[in-house]
Amino acid sequence: MIIPHPLLGPRDSSEFVYLGDASLIDRPDWQAENAAEAFYDYAYLRGNPAGEHHELWYHEGGDRSWLVVTRNTVTHEISKVELARDVARAQGRSK
Amino acid sequence: MTQANRLSGGLVDRNSTLSFRFDNRNYTAHPGDTLASALLANDVRLIGRSFKYHRPRGVLTAGSEEPNGIVELRTGNRQEPNTRATTAEVYEGLDARSQNRWPSLKFDALAINDRFSNFLTAGFYYKTFMWPAAFWEKLYEPIIRKAAGLGSLSMEDDPDEYDKGFRHCDLLIIGAGPAGLMAALTAGRAGSEVILADEDFALGGRLNSESFSLGDDSASDWAAATVAELSALPNVRLMPRTTVIGAFDHGIYGAVERTGDHVAALPAGKPRQILWRIYTKRALLCAGATERPIAFENNDRPGIMLASAMRTYANRFATTAAQRVAIFTNNDDGHRTAIDLRAKGVKIAAVIDVRDDAPINYDFEVLKGAQVVDTKGRLGLTFVEVALADGSRRVLECGALGVSGGWNPNVHLTCHHRGRPVWNDDLAAFVPGGDLPPGMTVAGAANGTLSTHGALLSGAEGAAKALGLKCALPDVPEAEDAAINQTPFWYVKGCARAWLDQQNDVTVKDVKLSHQEGFRSVEHLKRYTTLGMATDQGKTSNMGGLAIMAEMAGKSIPETGTTIFRPPYTPVPIATFGGRMKGQDFHPTRLTPSHYWAKERGAVFIEVGNWLRAQWFPLPGETHWRESVDREVRQTRASVGVCDCTTLGKIDVQGTDAAAFLNKVYCNGFAKLAVGKTRYGLMLREDGIAMDDGTAARLAEDHFVVTTTTANAVNVYRHMEFVRQCLFPDMDVQLISTTEAWAQYAVAGPNSRKLLQKIVDPEFDISNDAFPFMGCGNITVCGGLRARLFRISFSGELAFEIAVPSRYGDALMRRLMRDGEEFDVVPYGTEALGVMRIEKGHAAGNELNGTTTALNLGMGRMVSKKKDSIGSTLSEREGLNEPDALMMVGIKPVNADDKVTAGAHLMDASGPVDAQHDQGYVTSAAFSPSLDCHIGLAFLKNGGARQGERMRLVSPLTEENVEVEIVSAHFVDPEGERLRA
Repeated sequence: MIIPHPLLGPRDSSEFVYLGDASLIDRPDWQAENAAEAFYDYAYLRGNPAGEHHELWYHEGGDRSWLVVTRNTVTHEISKVELARDVARAQGRSK
Repeated sequence: MTQANRLSGGLVDRNSTLSFRFDNRNYTAHPGDTLASALLANDVRLIGRSFKYHRPRGVLTAGSEEPNGIVELRTGNRQEPNTRATTAEVYEGLDARSQNRWPSLKFDALAINDRFSNFLTAGFYYKTFMWPAAFWEKLYEPIIRKAAGLGSLSMEDDPDEYDKGFRHCDLLIIGAGPAGLMAALTAGRAGSEVILADEDFALGGRLNSESFSLGDDSASDWAAATVAELSALPNVRLMPRTTVIGAFDHGIYGAVERTGDHVAALPAGKPRQILWRIYTKRALLCAGATERPIAFENNDRPGIMLASAMRTYANRFATTAAQRVAIFTNNDDGHRTAIDLRAKGVKIAAVIDVRDDAPINYDFEVLKGAQVVDTKGRLGLTFVEVALADGSRRVLECGALGVSGGWNPNVHLTCHHRGRPVWNDDLAAFVPGGDLPPGMTVAGAANGTLSTHGALLSGAEGAAKALGLKCALPDVPEAEDAAINQTPFWYVKGCARAWLDQQNDVTVKDVKLSHQEGFRSVEHLKRYTTLGMATDQGKTSNMGGLAIMAEMAGKSIPETGTTIFRPPYTPVPIATFGGRMKGQDFHPTRLTPSHYWAKERGAVFIEVGNWLRAQWFPLPGETHWRESVDREVRQTRASVGVCDCTTLGKIDVQGTDAAAFLNKVYCNGFAKLAVGKTRYGLMLREDGIAMDDGTAARLAEDHFVVTTTTANAVNVYRHMEFVRQCLFPDMDVQLISTTEAWAQYAVAGPNSRKLLQKIVDPEFDISNDAFPFMGCGNITVCGGLRARLFRISFSGELAFEIAVPSRYGDALMRRLMRDGEEFDVVPYGTEALGVMRIEKGHAAGNELNGTTTALNLGMGRMVSKKKDSIGSTLSEREGLNEPDALMMVGIKPVNADDKVTAGAHLMDASGPVDAQHDQGYVTSAAFSPSLDCHIGLAFLKNGGARQGERMRLVSPLTEENVEVEIVSAHFVDPEGERLRA
């Protein structure tokens, strides 16, 4: 596979390490009332779609960026690649 | 031996003669011959024995689709089994042998299987070897493995090199037949970057096999002229002997180039084969078509082959399987073979055409509406028996029979992304469907355009369309453009044994039987009968099996289904996939800066991850590793020892939020750590399980140096980047791995300060008051060399870790040894390190084993509840905090001579010994020179409250049963007085 890195252009997937569902960005608030349950879901539950999937890839053999890759799990078509940091910020994550 | 069946003409080089061996007999050939063509030229039709029934077999085809003609090539450690004689090029001295026969090819004892064929039909082993179950592994399987099968391995290491490479192009053209050559000409002249790959050593595909002309040239001359023009174009790369084996994601194709299989000896340093990864913008599949056989009684005798293969052998290789041949066909293409062979002087016994309206020919007899119903000849064809249109029988004498059942487009690569071919009624064949791999288009016969003119034109148009070329297309030479009329004829009715898959010995009857037994899907048929599952992957047999299945089910072929294809297109040696990644290159080793010093000292090394670490340093006279390790421990605890700990992961953490960041990744607090201090840190996974531990030294308000364990250095760094970028993107913090930037040494023992004072520059006070336990700082050593000093201790002794830039590591080690002579300094390895940390009760990888929590490790209170950190919330789960949770304890044998071993389990002093009564297990064990007995670290249920209890340590596997006492894990200096000295 080839992953179009937003900063470095098309790179072979062998330069990357795969982590999984990009929902891992959405880490719950530890002080929320339902924190125990929310962390349980966060740590253990994943969608397994046959189709479009947002997933985390790490450019370990490159610039060490974490990326959110939107990939179709059936065709492997990659429709979008973003810096995970930008995605996290867009979701309201900060410090 | 003379080449009795050599014909005139052809593309072999008669000016040169090669000698080769087959089954220990000498033969001659010419450059340009394959092993198959050379054997046929020498009147050798019998080449191998079949997989199951050991029936005599010869070649069926002239290409990579060959099911039968598979041989062992070369000798000694270069022996290669299961190589197709039809693609192996002959070189001077080639040594080939037939396979799967004993004692000889002409007399094979296991041919007895053929007599028992009634019992060996589809699924025979499911039915026959059902019971007793124990017999399968011990009796049935070894017998079957010996009787069935193909070639054998040399059992020696392959001495040759294999390589991998990467190439890029605008257009990859797969196949250099008429369509591929024309496509390359079109794209090449337009200036595109083109790769033209073909599995054959001669480019041209069928053009080299045909007698017709292209324009004013013969087909092969036109191919040669086109190849010459292409090879002069700098933007076109020709790759003969290169099989494109798979279409992968995003326009990436895999290809195997056989760079050294056709020469007697590889030039030094050159690889035998190269696995190419070709990155393409577009790909044009011009893979041609494969002729399909017709099944009839005894259709597997040596001498029976595809009619198109006969034509290839005659026109390209100037050879024939026999001087008198017959043709059995259902289409006009079979007649073409008869015409070409006759032109070369081969006698045509007859053309047997199943069609009542078959064309006639004045040069040979055409038997219309006739079928071959049986053949004779034990080791090679002698007669064919024909049922004529009027129902009468006629026997024809011939040494070879060409069979033509029409053509199947080679759609294999179009299926590699699960695309399904579609049925074309006019061709009675599957053609590529609409769902091709992105970027791929198909031209020529592979797309169902079976005439030569059509192939040439579609190649030119296909290339232009794929690349969006606006320029005029090259002129397409005038070529045959016969209408294609394929009426399916799959098998002759009423046969007892008509072979479909000759490599796996599957007959028409087997397919019918599997249908009768309820296997209705093509996939089930395939697995039950093994049809199409051999090394040829059913290139000449899948369609026949499918057609018979459709007939049995009373459905059309497309309703019945089709099998699709996976990579690789043809078999690839494992060595080619491995490339240069073998031995040391598969698993590179990392050496610390003082590695060569350790080697000089005679260190014994151990691999830790990729690192080589000194395990112990034996002295002359020491005969057992324990002597060395015990000495290293005693000497360190008595005076001073030095250990190379460069391999620990080191991560530099900088930024105004550095402390806040460490608060997130470590479960314990770092915000209040003073500058100049170091703290132990435990990292949890988000599920609350311990991930790694290490130390973080605060060198400045906004600067920490973090260490990780050697094994987890990469994962921890990756995890920290995840936390930084994905969870807390606005934190002002930067990370960089400095593992390789610093050489680091532990200096441990009561004299460690005195030794360090000899090398630390005098302006730095490292006395206990000025540089207390857990202190850290930037210093200089040896007169100005920058260094870092950490007062941390894994051994439990007064200890420091000192780091210098990597290039000074070797010099520092030598200096410590020299300056330490007065203290009797000892270098110690990972074994002594392990013994001392067990004596001190420090957890390491054995304890942080992916199942243990902070609580289990006795560090439950370290998990701060006042802040959020990775894993803190889930570590509070009920299930991880049961009252009888495992807790780390020390164990000591009651009888000091007894041994404790890691992996053994703890049981109550009395009661049953079984899984239900399991109380815990030992993770680390060692002989302690300090206590003079074995000791261990264990996880024990409710271990915190069980000190002094006596238990049994058992290992049913090794019949170990030792009485042990539960003690504190801190065997040595439990109050930590030495650390703070």
